[in-house]
Amino acid sequence: MRIENGTVVSHEPMGPYYRVLTLNLPEVTRTAVPGQFVHVRIAKLHDAVLRRPFSIYKVDGQQLSLLYKAVGRGTVTMQALKAGDSVSIVGPLGNGFPLTEDSGVTPVLIGGGYGVAPLYFLARRMTQRGVLFVGGSKAVDILLADDFRAIGWDVRIATDDGSVGIKGLVTVPLDAWIKAGNGKLNPEFYACGPNGMLKAVGDRAINGNWKAWLSLDRHMGCGVGACLACVQKVRLSGQETLARVCKDGPIFEAREVIWEN
Amino acid sequence: MKNPVMVASGTFGYGPEYADLVDLNQLGAIVVKGISMEPWGGNKTPRMVEVSGGLINAIGLQNPGTKGFTEKYMPFLRKYDVAVIVNIWGKTLEEYAAVAEWFDKVEGVHALEINISCPNVKAGGSSFGVHLDSTARVVSAVRAKTKLPIIPKLAPNVSDIGAFAKVCEDNGADAISLINSFPAMAIDIETRKPILANVSGGLSGPAIHPIAVKLVYEAAKAVKIPLIAIGGITSAREAIEFIIAGASAVAVGTANFTEPLTALQVVDGLSAYLTRHKMEKIQDLVRSIKL
Repeated sequence: MRIENGTVVSHEPMGPYYRVLTLNLPEVTRTAVPGQFVHVRIAKLHDAVLRRPFSIYKVDGQQLSLLYKAVGRGTVTMQALKAGDSVSIVGPLGNGFPLTEDSGVTPVLIGGGYGVAPLYFLARRMTQRGVLFVGGSKAVDILLADDFRAIGWDVRIATDDGSVGIKGLVTVPLDAWIKAGNGKLNPEFYACGPNGMLKAVGDRAINGNWKAWLSLDRHMGCGVGACLACVQKVRLSGQETLARVCKDGPIFEAREVIWEN
Repeated sequence: MKNPVMVASGTFGYGPEYADLVDLNQLGAIVVKGISMEPWGGNKTPRMVEVSGGLINAIGLQNPGTKGFTEKYMPFLRKYDVAVIVNIWGKTLEEYAAVAEWFDKVEGVHALEINISCPNVKAGGSSFGVHLDSTARVVSAVRAKTKLPIIPKLAPNVSDIGAFAKVCEDNGADAISLINSFPAMAIDIETRKPILANVSGGLSGPAIHPIAVKLVYEAAKAVKIPLIAIGGITSAREAIEFIIAGASAVAVGTANFTEPLTALQVVDGLSAYLTRHKMEKIQDLVRSIKL
């Protein structure tokens, strides 16, 4: 992990609600792996003491891209960044997705909204091709479907309002795929999205006796494991303990996570 | 200490967390997060919320306990040329004494900071630090169990900080650190619920700096022992302000999250200031306010 000042290479809209910020970060990109995130200082938000965490969407050479939506005062202010601006980054942070070496396993990615972003980084680094299930509210919230297809992935879409793909939650096409598999499937799940979706994926994995790697999202403080703001109750080696999502995670296996209401 | 700049308890973990980003050998001291006798799980999440000019935390003193901390983190800390100050707390007087007794025998611990002022623990922490008699009892109980320098950490929400500082000095404190975070809360206006699971927590960051300056100034008038000032330092300017008001040393807290190199920048900024003002040492600046 490093502190590095990155120069903005580009800052482009993706549809009406999302943006892609690309930064030149020779140090951070050197060791970044899929599932990790970076901690961004939004300098123009003067009274903000906390950095904002963003999953890494793409790494191309020394350039790193983030895919985000303006949801709070930090991300709203971030929108003003333009090419040539300098941005302070701490990263890469977190533990990353484990890549399976087993060629007999079908990787299955499940993304909710812009949760597909770190899954894209993962897909680009994987040797196998598999299935991507992507869910969102409406058509504008379904991101990167064509980008995944372009690299050979089978993409299945669900939207709450049915404007594209199947109408319903992303678990609808996922359950259909599991059922059609008729017990002959050998998937490994990788999921990033809202907690409800993560728990649902985890339950199906446990039920089918498969592994599921869940990328947890938590409000963070320091981002490096020092402040203990972002803890999650987990079960590790049979012991119940508190894990730091920023440092021990954000990726946890489904059986490790103790979900509480 | 090689320089008067420390990192504050609760904001820098136990050492390894920031070690890849910050050269620990350049810090004056690390004050590690508060340790209790037994491991403690802390509060439910959400434990932190950003507010304008600061943040409110309600971590709840999660820590691995005396044994867990000593085994897991002291070997790491001993490798560095940095003073190690262990922040300690207890739910009862007996527990404060027991923790002090434990660390008295641990090699590599240079001083104990006594947390009597954390706003987050219902049974123990805050109740000791807002009353003079309980403050006196904690300090003397800890004093009896260790020869290490002991540094009570004062709460800001008292009506006469000078009286609290005095009672610490009278009961054997070697120095005093102030301030701890200020009781505060934030409410989500859409859900109408408190944002923190604990309802309230401690406010820290730039927003509390002017409060801290006044309290350091008041405490410096009341005691002769050294003061360590904490509260919203984001650059050397705030540190110098504290020293002029009466502090001999400072600690950087919340700013570690914003800019991990802040403490090192403060070290450099202090040096540059002394040079610019043709002062040979920090002592020339301590309590140098012109009235």
